[in-house]
Amino acid sequence: MSSTEITPPSRWTRIAKSGMVHSFRRNPVAVGSMLVFLCIAMAAVFAPVIAPFDPYDPINMDIMNSEFPPVWIDGSDPQFVFGTDDQGRDLWSTILYGTRLSLLIGLCAVALQAFLGISIGLIAGYIGGRTDSLLMRLADIQLSFSTLMVAIIFLAVTQAMFGSETFNQYAVYFLIAVIGVAEWPQYARTVRATVLAEKKKEYIDSARVLGFGPVRIMVRHILPNSLSPIFVISTVQVANAIISEASLSFLGLGMPPSQPSLGSLISSGFDYIFSGSWWITAIPGIVLVVLVLVINLLGDWMRDVLNPKLYKG
Amino acid sequence: MLAYLVKRLFQAIAVMFAISLIGFAIQGNLGDPLRELVGQSVSEEVRQQLRDELGLNDSFAKQYLRFLGNALHGDLGMSYFFKEPALDVILKKLPATLELVLGATIIIVGLSVPLGVYTAIKPNAIASRIIMGISILGISIPVFLTAILMIFVFSVELGWLPSYGRGDVVYVFGYWDTNFATLDGFVHILMPSLALASIMLPLFVRLIRAEMMETLQSEYVKYARAKGIRPYRIYFVHALKNTLLPVITVGGVQIGTMVAYTILTETVFQWPGMGFMFLEAVNRVDTPLIVAYLIVVGFIFVVTNTIVDLIYGLVNPTVNLARMGA
Repeated sequence: MSSTEITPPSRWTRIAKSGMVHSFRRNPVAVGSMLVFLCIAMAAVFAPVIAPFDPYDPINMDIMNSEFPPVWIDGSDPQFVFGTDDQGRDLWSTILYGTRLSLLIGLCAVALQAFLGISIGLIAGYIGGRTDSLLMRLADIQLSFSTLMVAIIFLAVTQAMFGSETFNQYAVYFLIAVIGVAEWPQYARTVRATVLAEKKKEYIDSARVLGFGPVRIMVRHILPNSLSPIFVISTVQVANAIISEASLSFLGLGMPPSQPSLGSLISSGFDYIFSGSWWITAIPGIVLVVLVLVINLLGDWMRDVLNPKLYKG
Repeated sequence: MLAYLVKRLFQAIAVMFAISLIGFAIQGNLGDPLRELVGQSVSEEVRQQLRDELGLNDSFAKQYLRFLGNALHGDLGMSYFFKEPALDVILKKLPATLELVLGATIIIVGLSVPLGVYTAIKPNAIASRIIMGISILGISIPVFLTAILMIFVFSVELGWLPSYGRGDVVYVFGYWDTNFATLDGFVHILMPSLALASIMLPLFVRLIRAEMMETLQSEYVKYARAKGIRPYRIYFVHALKNTLLPVITVGGVQIGTMVAYTILTETVFQWPGMGFMFLEAVNRVDTPLIVAYLIVVGFIFVVTNTIVDLIYGLVNPTVNLARMGA
């Protein structure tokens, strides 16, 4: 008797046996990108453990130590592997903490985007009618303004209004909020399209007949259908959010030099590039590019696997 | 079609209204115009009197209508720093920014079409793989980093190209100062436009490639092949035409985006355009100039988007006007 009983495969084995894992294993670029991304993410998470110095502690800022080159160049100090920045901080520690900030802001901003966009998309598609057309018109307008432009103007005005002291204190939250709010239509459009396609199908009718409320139907029955485009969008969006954050910080509208993200670190190094201290700009720049590149490569691979026709620019 | 046109224009006007409202709110909350006018040393009574005279005690609606009326007459207030009308300050900087965008557009159009078509025709060739690899690398490098890298290589190390400013500009039509008239001006605009193009070029190569590959699968291309038309005629005459329609739509929207990226490029190259001026205005809390920039840039965005939408509606007969909100 018991031998005929079939246990449904657990969620984990279903994932492991899906085509996605198979194609992942066979794609060396995807595996390599994943490894690099995990390394960077681990370094970011454990930055306080790995970093030899605490870059936020003023004790470690000694102007006498400023602009030491990396160890492989003459005139360096062996305790600073990648040299020091203009304020005498150990560049390696500062980069670790900066990566942590850049990743944190990127991920949180995308989480906010996804939350807003998915909610609005579900509501617009499910309710339809005037609500739908109003929300989608708003999405069109929001999309027609470049995120970077909106973010620059918003942050510039906020900074001028609050003064840079207060602004610097809350810069992380401002950045997450502005990058998070500006890009919601990306998600909203995709989710809405799924809702419109699924809403009329019979399983939704049967769920309704069973007496499930609209929120449950939207979240548990309709939303899972748009998970793969959401994954693809999210990867690209994280890369974009990290670039946006770096650009804003570079302009001085993001993280302050006392608590630098990768963008502000590059910005403070830019002033010294003419005097030959290229490493303050170059090393965080390389980290930033590698981080964004591996995320983009993963996004590319995911798009090919999940939905080859989704991407159009 | 007419209904669509009217609706689209109406939407554009509504958005401009919203922008002006935001601009007005910024003007009302950022800085004190009285202090800029008279300084700190004036007594409280005189201040109140001045506030009345300037209309700063009027209701919000009344002040907003006055702001709007002035704005429609092209009066966006006096810049605190330049002591000139804010709009004049911006319009003087406009040619520099637009020439930068123009230079970048020329580079993008000139390179993305051949590269995109080539990678679509020969997707497995080594050159195509290299182009696609570089394009994903290009997307991943922020524009300011490209700019810094170029300065480091071509200005600091090699010393071939100047790293800042516009160089020799020549005035044409009395007002427009151009970089394209002298060799010095041309040399100065080369790196900034390349840097600005670097962010969009990969996007366009990928877009053209994707569209072109789709078009090459279509029936009419197969038919043209069967008829024995030479391949290059099919690619560049038959297929490219239909590829370009979505590309133009995306392109129109990206012109607005490029204005945002000019802020970054102008900062790195100290290019005396609108974006550089805007950041300076922010540092000086020059409110009228900030507001004027917001309105001028908002205007550029709204106009380009409206025109692109209208052209798209006109050119593409299959576009469903009802879906687009007609």
